[in-house]
Amino acid sequence: MSKYVIRRIAIAVPALLGISLVLFTVLALAPGDPFEELVTNPNVPPEVTARLRAQLGLDDPVAVRYVRWLGAMLQGEWGFSFASRMDVDQLILQRLPTTLWVLGAAQLLGILVALPIGTLSAMRPYSVFDQVATTLAFIGFSLPTFFTGLLFILLFSIWLDWLPFIYQADIGATGWRWYWEHLRQAIMPIAVLGLFQGAALTRFVRSAVLDVIRLEYVNTARAKGLSERVTIVKHVVRNALIPVVTLVALQVPAIFTGAVITEQIFRVPGIGSLLIASILANDTPVVMAITFVFSCLVVTFNLVADVLYGWLDPRISYR
Amino acid sequence: MDEQGLRGLLNEVKAGRLSRRAFVQTMVGLGLTAPLAAQMLASAGIAQAQPKPMGGPTKRGGGGMLKVLWWQSPTLLNPHFAVGTKDQDGSRIFYEPLGAFDPDGNIVPILAAEVPTTQNGGLSKDGKSVTWRLKKNVQWHDGKPFTADDVVFNWEYAADPATAATTIGNYQDITRVDKLDAHTVKIVFKDPKPFWAEAFCAVNGMIIPKHVFEAYKGGKSREAPANLKPVGTGPYRFVDFKPGDVVRAELNPNYHRPNAPFFDQFEMKGGGDAVSAARAVIQTGEYDFAWNMQVEDEILRRMEQGGKGKVDIAVAGNIEHIQCNQTDPWKDVDGERSSIKTTHAFLTEPAVRQALNLLVDRASVQEQIYGRLGQSTANFLNAPSRFNSKNTKWEFNIEKANQILDQAGWKRGGDGVRVKDGKRLKMVYQTSINAPRQKNQAIVKQACAKAGIEIEIKSVVASVFFSSDVGNPDTYRKFYTDIQMYTTTMGAPDPQNFMRQFLTAEIASKENKWQGRNVTRWKNQEYDKVFAASETELDPVKRAALFIKMNDLVIENVVVIPVLWRSVISAVSNRLKNTEITGWDSNLWNLANWTRQG
Repeated sequence: MSKYVIRRIAIAVPALLGISLVLFTVLALAPGDPFEELVTNPNVPPEVTARLRAQLGLDDPVAVRYVRWLGAMLQGEWGFSFASRMDVDQLILQRLPTTLWVLGAAQLLGILVALPIGTLSAMRPYSVFDQVATTLAFIGFSLPTFFTGLLFILLFSIWLDWLPFIYQADIGATGWRWYWEHLRQAIMPIAVLGLFQGAALTRFVRSAVLDVIRLEYVNTARAKGLSERVTIVKHVVRNALIPVVTLVALQVPAIFTGAVITEQIFRVPGIGSLLIASILANDTPVVMAITFVFSCLVVTFNLVADVLYGWLDPRISYR
Repeated sequence: MDEQGLRGLLNEVKAGRLSRRAFVQTMVGLGLTAPLAAQMLASAGIAQAQPKPMGGPTKRGGGGMLKVLWWQSPTLLNPHFAVGTKDQDGSRIFYEPLGAFDPDGNIVPILAAEVPTTQNGGLSKDGKSVTWRLKKNVQWHDGKPFTADDVVFNWEYAADPATAATTIGNYQDITRVDKLDAHTVKIVFKDPKPFWAEAFCAVNGMIIPKHVFEAYKGGKSREAPANLKPVGTGPYRFVDFKPGDVVRAELNPNYHRPNAPFFDQFEMKGGGDAVSAARAVIQTGEYDFAWNMQVEDEILRRMEQGGKGKVDIAVAGNIEHIQCNQTDPWKDVDGERSSIKTTHAFLTEPAVRQALNLLVDRASVQEQIYGRLGQSTANFLNAPSRFNSKNTKWEFNIEKANQILDQAGWKRGGDGVRVKDGKRLKMVYQTSINAPRQKNQAIVKQACAKAGIEIEIKSVVASVFFSSDVGNPDTYRKFYTDIQMYTTTMGAPDPQNFMRQFLTAEIASKENKWQGRNVTRWKNQEYDKVFAASETELDPVKRAALFIKMNDLVIENVVVIPVLWRSVISAVSNRLKNTEITGWDSNLWNLANWTRQG
């Protein structure tokens, strides 16, 4: 097992190197300039921009820049943001708690919605409940989050005026009000993301449970005289959840990237909105760092999913 | 009114036969409003009126939380590193300059005790030095006193190329800054400097404390912790900053102006987009103020109906204009197109440019696209009003354009496009991708088609179009098309830097890595001469006349076709008072005076 993990990690290293090379080249070749506003300002002499470019090493060849970046990265130096002249790792760490809270809550909501609905649907396939749930699930994952986000804002903020649509990481309140305000502003982004995740997950839970519920050992359990509740919870769901758990693990990086747009719409100061702002500002070190973190997440969670699968299902062996 | 007439009026005021106010009003009637009038009076030896008492809070504190939205949020809080207005505005919460520019372009003393004039000995006769007297009771947020040393330090800091300050341009004409005593500084310029307020005033003039930044001058400037944790003199002091997200501040109990500021806390939230920012202020009232409303006027109007806020429009010098390339964009000379060694096939012909000038329907552009966000204009230089030429006019007339082209020998070919000497009247018209600009292109294209000019539209992503990347062929500075359109901002209430973009010496070329500002590559000796005169002319009346002359030369020769004079647009809550947004300084220049009613 540990051998397997070590081997997987060893394979991941060249993969990450390749990813970083592609990312860096694409970013370097993409047009754009972190000093766009300086360029159009008649009161700033062009030499200023030229000097800044030279100082930040923007005029060097791509290969030189990549080697320099990689060398620094290997020593744990993430570089500094062109826009805020601040170290990139600090910038990302500042944004991380918000992203984790919103994404974690969304994922939890998704699971809490998907599990019971998916299971109930599978217990009575093609019943009215199943039909309704299926339809809603299809609508849920067909609608992109940026659309539902805007819809929610229009409905709950503009028409009904119930919820704020601008997220604040720091709230100037204490005690219960602090929790309440945090919850109030997080409801919409969490709901948008969570329901989107939940919709896809519902379908998956349904089919996983359907696969299991027809097996002989379930009939055996029923024949033993176990109640329907115990049969479903202890015998069906437990086995059906094995592929679901790995799916959830595999989905984690996808949620990070999917949250980018939602964060932008609700002004959630997470990593996603940092990424968008950095792309717009052509702040290459930050974009590079975030995309690289995302690719690390993909590799890591793939591994986690594999390991988890084996741990949950002893029939799987690693070689 | 000519120069003599003005002198006559000035004498009347001097003799007491004409009141200051009447003089200013006459000037307003002439389109030479308040700023120039005041400056004229000052230079003619007539005492400056007291700056108009600014309405403000009547007691310090008690205003609760002020919440503002910047849809592009500040990424750093050192004014000398500010890349755009977002950073300048973020810094302005904490830092202050010696003087600010009000909406009329007048200087308002902030950290200075008074505005330097010839009368109070602040301005030297030769225009080579200016003496600022500083306010005495000013404290930095950490309790240390603000003195002349800080001012001297800011010059040393910004002018050092190793610091990589973006404000260096404002300080590089200075030979030295002398500390005369603890609260007086004398700035000595290399040459006479008519616009002496370029240094230490407004957005690029904010003063940072010597005792905090001294150790981080030059190459180490990036490491200063205070780049992200400012210690200033401003009405609010630092609480928290998350780059790209939020700036939080609290009332400065030791602020140097009495009864200010009004609010106890201040929050600048960033990110998102302009439309939803407008919504949060105008429609839902979640926020008090939002910056730079680049939103279609129709949408803003809809939000304003029954809303909780309104749109604030401030005059600025920004001009959306079409440029005519004087060189040949389609011929490659030594690895460079639009080379100064070539001439354009037909755009150098006055008749074609005149016809083009008649084919831009500025009224439609203004009414249908921009609404209140701008005004149609004949001039390139529109503001402050003392520089606004009255000698020009514009019209939209397809018939006349056809006549001019007919007379010039351009005959219509079989496909309706005019031809002369084997050259087809076909132009590529480029601009950045931005919905109003594409509509604008369509309006021009349609009118041109009726006059037998074929227009091919090209749209470039803004981040490419406005890039300083010399490797990219699609930047506005390379100008590898026949005509192009964008907005030039003015930034300062003085057109010296703004009008540089038509100088022969500034022509963009491969040699200067396309850093020259003269993008049209227009060459005119008369213009160069007039500009050189303006650089040393200290008499504001004569100087204004020189700038008007420059504008007229550009317009008469149709080097550019002004399309729209754009204003600075903000969204303001109905309850927020005294914002006094100006087009010449930061949106937050008057922040200490902001109050909220009800």
